[in-house]
Amino acid sequence: MEASAIDKVQLEGEGHEFLVFRLGAEEYGIDILSVQEIRGYEGVTRIANAPSFIKGVTNLRGVIVPIVDLRLKFALGNADYTAQTVVIVLNIGHRVVGVVVDGVSDVLALTGEQIKPAPEFGSTLSTHYLMGLGSLDDRMLILVDIEKLMSSEEMALIDKAA
Amino acid sequence: MSIDITEFYQTFFEEAEELLSDMEQQLLQIDPSDPDGEQLNAIFRAAHSIKGGAGTFGFTVLQETTHLFENLLDKARHRELTLDPTIIDIFLETKDMLSDQLNAYRQQTEPDSAAYERICNTLKALAEEKGHGSGAVSESSAQTSASGAAESSAMIIRIAGVAADNATSLAEEMALFGTVLEQQHANDVLTVRLETATGEEDIRAVLCFVVDDDQITFELVAAASADNGVETSVDEWPAEVEEWPAEEEMVQKAPEAEKVTPVEPVSVAAPAEPARAAAPAAKKAERAAASSENASLRVSIEKIDQIINLVGELVITQSMLEQGTSDFDPVIHGNLLSGMNQLQRNARDLQEAVMSIRMMPMDVVFNRFPRLVRDLAGKLGKQVEFETVGKSTELDKGLIERIVDPLTHLVRNSLDHGIETPDRRLAAGKPAAGKLTLSASHQGGNILIEISDDGAGLNRDRILSKARENGLAVSDAMSDDDVWQLIFAPGFSTAEHVTDLSGRGVGMDVVKRNIAQMGGHVEILSRTGQGTTTRIVLPLTLAILDGMSVRVGGEVYILPLGAIKESMQVRPEDISTVTGNDRVLHVRGEYLPLVELYRVFDIPDAKQDVTKGIVMIVQSEGRSFALQVDQLIGQHQVVVKNLETNYRRVPGISAATILGDGSVALILDIPALSRAPQDREGSHAGHHRSAAALH
Repeated sequence: MEASAIDKVQLEGEGHEFLVFRLGAEEYGIDILSVQEIRGYEGVTRIANAPSFIKGVTNLRGVIVPIVDLRLKFALGNADYTAQTVVIVLNIGHRVVGVVVDGVSDVLALTGEQIKPAPEFGSTLSTHYLMGLGSLDDRMLILVDIEKLMSSEEMALIDKAA
Repeated sequence: MSIDITEFYQTFFEEAEELLSDMEQQLLQIDPSDPDGEQLNAIFRAAHSIKGGAGTFGFTVLQETTHLFENLLDKARHRELTLDPTIIDIFLETKDMLSDQLNAYRQQTEPDSAAYERICNTLKALAEEKGHGSGAVSESSAQTSASGAAESSAMIIRIAGVAADNATSLAEEMALFGTVLEQQHANDVLTVRLETATGEEDIRAVLCFVVDDDQITFELVAAASADNGVETSVDEWPAEVEEWPAEEEMVQKAPEAEKVTPVEPVSVAAPAEPARAAAPAAKKAERAAASSENASLRVSIEKIDQIINLVGELVITQSMLEQGTSDFDPVIHGNLLSGMNQLQRNARDLQEAVMSIRMMPMDVVFNRFPRLVRDLAGKLGKQVEFETVGKSTELDKGLIERIVDPLTHLVRNSLDHGIETPDRRLAAGKPAAGKLTLSASHQGGNILIEISDDGAGLNRDRILSKARENGLAVSDAMSDDDVWQLIFAPGFSTAEHVTDLSGRGVGMDVVKRNIAQMGGHVEILSRTGQGTTTRIVLPLTLAILDGMSVRVGGEVYILPLGAIKESMQVRPEDISTVTGNDRVLHVRGEYLPLVELYRVFDIPDAKQDVTKGIVMIVQSEGRSFALQVDQLIGQHQVVVKNLETNYRRVPGISAATILGDGSVALILDIPALSRAPQDREGSHAGHHRSAAALH
């Protein structure tokens, strides 16, 4: 079902391709190259004493993969889990991580001009993890450096020593 | 000629390492007063092959050192040099130096030149002192003498499976050994008639890095054996042989002691085609017999682990299918169900077979100890008879690598603290030579490694007084076993003197921790005056675990079966509280701390009343405690999956596994849980707090 949502692939122009997903009413974009696959949310085993946005681990064809709910992390949208809940499986620096989002909408190519620098703002999502804001017609995409975000200490996905 | 030489480096390093390790074995076995000629030959050959390879790759230092070494060995095997223990020591030292040099080259650095000069001087001095003649002669003539029978001679070398475009360059390489009198390439067989002062062994040693040993055939056509040589060669030689210059001429032309330059390897379409050169010489047959003894294949661990993973998946899929088909009607689906049975059997067998690939004999570990014991005993002025038992016992490669350090430490301890000096032993009515035994055996699903000595044994009084000094809680009434456990406390050493070998007290706690990390444990049995036995119990493999699955609330956890002593239902009167919060369970006169899994892991819908659930008595690191769970599900073999591959370390959890239904279950870290109750105040303080408490 997710595949049909991404049928509108736009490839014109140079620049990056982004996978666009929704968290609440906001649209986010991440580098398509860090996306391994998109699947439904199922069979997650809770991990005790982990932060609430870490839903647990799941079995992805024999690989144990942690699942992070970005809706909880950024306090956006309703964190309910239905058959429609989408997990984007990311492959970041030899690690595989799944993130739960409200929905995947597009794969978009953005040129350099379409990416504007992100202004300084609050602390929920530090500008540190932003690549910029993408503007496409009247839509605004929040472009996240997902690799940096997922490796950050606040995501608590990686041992500090590692 | 453009060849990427680096791809041959790895082969050389691996082979050289094996050769060095063989060499050490042989050196240790040799009896200096009556050396076995075959052993000397073996050592010589090892040195020689390394030299050949080192020359090829331009590892000058290694080449020179092996060269000097080889000269001495050559003298020894021709009985020109009389061996004695000192010389063996020097040889062993040289072997160590060669290992160091090899490692230096492996790390792409130049070896320590000071050490190199020192060892060269030692070897040269030895050669001048003991031998008649020169160890430190010029490179060229030495090379010649080293190659054994160094008369310049003509030989026919056939190399099979050589593509046309490689033939020329290969022949050029040959030219570096001497004068190529004739070369010919037909049917992928390169035939070169070579006049050279270099021995067959030398040429083979250099060529073996580019072509397989069995692709090469040599035929000596030396002047002395001219008749014989020509006869055989004519038979197999193409017609052109008639046109060759007469044997006499060739010998005259032979340059005096042709200098052998290091040769670059030639890239050859390797073993693509079967060797067509027939008629193997007797020597070759011998070699083949020797090589068939260790017919093995070098495969990277990654590939094996990949297979193990895949087989693990297969087993999981199989049990999924089995669950799915379990309620099918056997009358209708008879074929399917018997197929399922077959699949189950095959999958298990396959898993077992694949796991066995990772198994290595303990030999690999034990082999390094004779040397260590010998050196240490010498240094400490002690006499030791060293014995190993159960060398063929197999253990997972991952464990083999990690057991070396703890074992080394324990063996050192035995030598340093255990076995007494000869006069003390004699005074105690024991033979002057102490006995140190290293043994390995299987015991159920575990492997048992024992280090035992017949030395002085642990000194109870000294351990107790030392423990008091260190502020540990001890009493004179403690059982011996409990006293021995004290030496595993950090910073504990009862050695009267700190030596460079042991006694710093950093050891035993590390040993214990390392072994606990491998999923094993250490026990000590000791009798004052009679000796000490340290027993290490390890699981056979890390990849598969016998586990008991338990349910707590809606969650399933796996307990390592080895840690479980028993499970029971408790009555309310068996439970008492300590300081209001911590609870203990009274089992047959013992009070065990009760760890409530639902509290440690903050599991919401679990049975909170301990009398409604099940209590597992588990043991870890010598301590027992009670673990409260809701329900036992069953016993399984589980494939251990590392949680840290994609996530981080989780307090109280050692790894994860995948259950038959495809879901993930976490495997409990019993040692960490056993430490949990002591610092559990405020266990709900969340992630970071409990991380600190558990680790």
